[in-house]
Amino acid sequence: MRITEKPPARVLIDREAVAGRMGFRKAVNAAFSVLFLSATLLALLVLGVLFYRIVSQGFGHLSPAFFENFASRMPEKAGVKAALVGSLWLMAVVAPVSLILGIGTAVYLEEYAKKNRLNDFIRMNISNLAGVPSVVFGLLGLTIFVRALALGNSILAAGFTMSLLILPVIIVAAQEAIRSVPRELREASYGMGATKWQTIIRVVLPGAVPGILTGSILALSRAIGETAPLIVIGVPVIIQFLPAGVLDTFTALPMQIYDWAKRPQAAFQEVASAGIIVLLALLLAMNSVAVLIRNKFQKRY
Amino acid sequence: MKSWKYYLGLTAVGSALLLGACGGNTAEEGASAETGTAGASTSQDAKVEGSVAGDGSSTVAPIMEALVEEYTGTGTDVKVTVGVSGTGGGFEKFAAGETKFSNASRPIKDEEKQKLEEAGIDYTEFLLAYDGLTVAVNPENDWASDLTVEDLKKIWVEDGSKKKWSDINPEWPDEEIVFYAPGTDSGTYDYFNEVILEEEDMVKDVMLSEDDNVLVQGVQSDKNAIGFFGYAYYVANQDSLKAVSINGVEPNNETIESGEYEPLSRPLFTYVSNEALSEDAATYDFFGFVLDQAGDMAESVGYVSLPEEKYEEGKEQLEQFKK
Repeated sequence: MRITEKPPARVLIDREAVAGRMGFRKAVNAAFSVLFLSATLLALLVLGVLFYRIVSQGFGHLSPAFFENFASRMPEKAGVKAALVGSLWLMAVVAPVSLILGIGTAVYLEEYAKKNRLNDFIRMNISNLAGVPSVVFGLLGLTIFVRALALGNSILAAGFTMSLLILPVIIVAAQEAIRSVPRELREASYGMGATKWQTIIRVVLPGAVPGILTGSILALSRAIGETAPLIVIGVPVIIQFLPAGVLDTFTALPMQIYDWAKRPQAAFQEVASAGIIVLLALLLAMNSVAVLIRNKFQKRY
Repeated sequence: MKSWKYYLGLTAVGSALLLGACGGNTAEEGASAETGTAGASTSQDAKVEGSVAGDGSSTVAPIMEALVEEYTGTGTDVKVTVGVSGTGGGFEKFAAGETKFSNASRPIKDEEKQKLEEAGIDYTEFLLAYDGLTVAVNPENDWASDLTVEDLKKIWVEDGSKKKWSDINPEWPDEEIVFYAPGTDSGTYDYFNEVILEEEDMVKDVMLSEDDNVLVQGVQSDKNAIGFFGYAYYVANQDSLKAVSINGVEPNNETIESGEYEPLSRPLFTYVSNEALSEDAATYDFFGFVLDQAGDMAESVGYVSLPEEKYEEGKEQLEQFKK
């Protein structure tokens, strides 16, 4: 039985050679850990500088009046009211529209759609859509919602356009979440005599909710910071009233910030920074909800 | 199961809160409209209502913002909105019938006129204010303080070579010129293109930016830089920029208003649909206010007001649409 015989150890591991190379291997290891650490730190540093600049420039301008005033030609009187309220209105349209359409599509694709070429084609193109630049969606919105459906530059038109923009992201996130619900649960549900619809609504969706909501909130955060589609569909910046319904026109935070940042007077740069702080606070609040959900409900199965 | 219901509840509460917030705004809106009505009824007998939408040049936007702010301050019920798609983008929306007026930092082009004609939109041109396109260099640049129009053309027109200051005047330093200019979509670029370049190509290695503050910063940071932008941007950064005199005339309020600062003193316009002026009381009312206040508001945001008689001419034109 020669095969089971152990070969001499030094043939397998040449201890001296290994010991000799040890210094070099450790150095390579150290060099790469420093490299990757500095890559991380660089990103953090940029974020830190940005944050410091924005806060130091804009914090002084944050006051209750900043939230109560409309935009003004005088920097000290300029406020964010119309933009903030406009952004909230926009979210009130985008959130329900994109959630219903997005989750509906994901449920269909994952649970009902048969695996054939057509459905593969649909799946692939939804992923592709996620990579289309936002300005292209703006042009689509301009053609369909603003002109063809004659919605004008209303909250509804902008909200539909933004929903289209983030739909692919929500669909993909919801698909992943639905797919991550174990098969055994579905089978157990069928075994108990539940119909497909009952299984989806009582077993699959509850299990997928954390993933779906996390993805959706991140997508909504993207929508709230987008400027390009709004510019393309002709959302105004100069506006001195609040919308009374979804068919009224409005302005949004990123548009207002861009307008301020372009002004020649240095004082408007501070106003722009204050606007950025408001937008960042809104984004952070939304993202922290997403993080909370993820931490609390991940790995239920 | 439990958490599913918890989530349903959370979502419901969340959306209720969101809608609640919006409802609050609607109520507020109602309240402010009420106070608006009170103000209007004391100031004028016939109450004008409606909405006026405009779009166009971002150069004209600060004046418009000031005007809209003051106009709303009078307690009117007319709701004015103005976008900043740029002069060209504004005319596109104007031709599509989406706006009632369009701001422009240059006169309307022939092809734009044609489009409006095809769309059957008649318009009236109103002058709002003057802007002096300012050619600026770095303060450390002690040679180029006065340029002729020919010099400017020689500097800015593409001729295939790397431009050096010494190409313009042999006594000037043998260093490459660094160029900064507004984006090609802006009326500012178009105007410069027309009066200085005379439609020839601009130098290729120019740094273009839609944000004039970027141009200002670029010129501030490079000794060999030259750039051009609106007068307001020069006024706001006077300490760190040097304005170049053109044919011996430096840009300031007097030379721009009198037209002496030539050819870079340019008028700012707004084009208003005739139909809106005659059919829509709100539009007529707003433009009455605009022509009354444009000079003061222009000065307050860093532009130069027109001589009084120009505004009078505008008002006379407007009178024709009175019903």
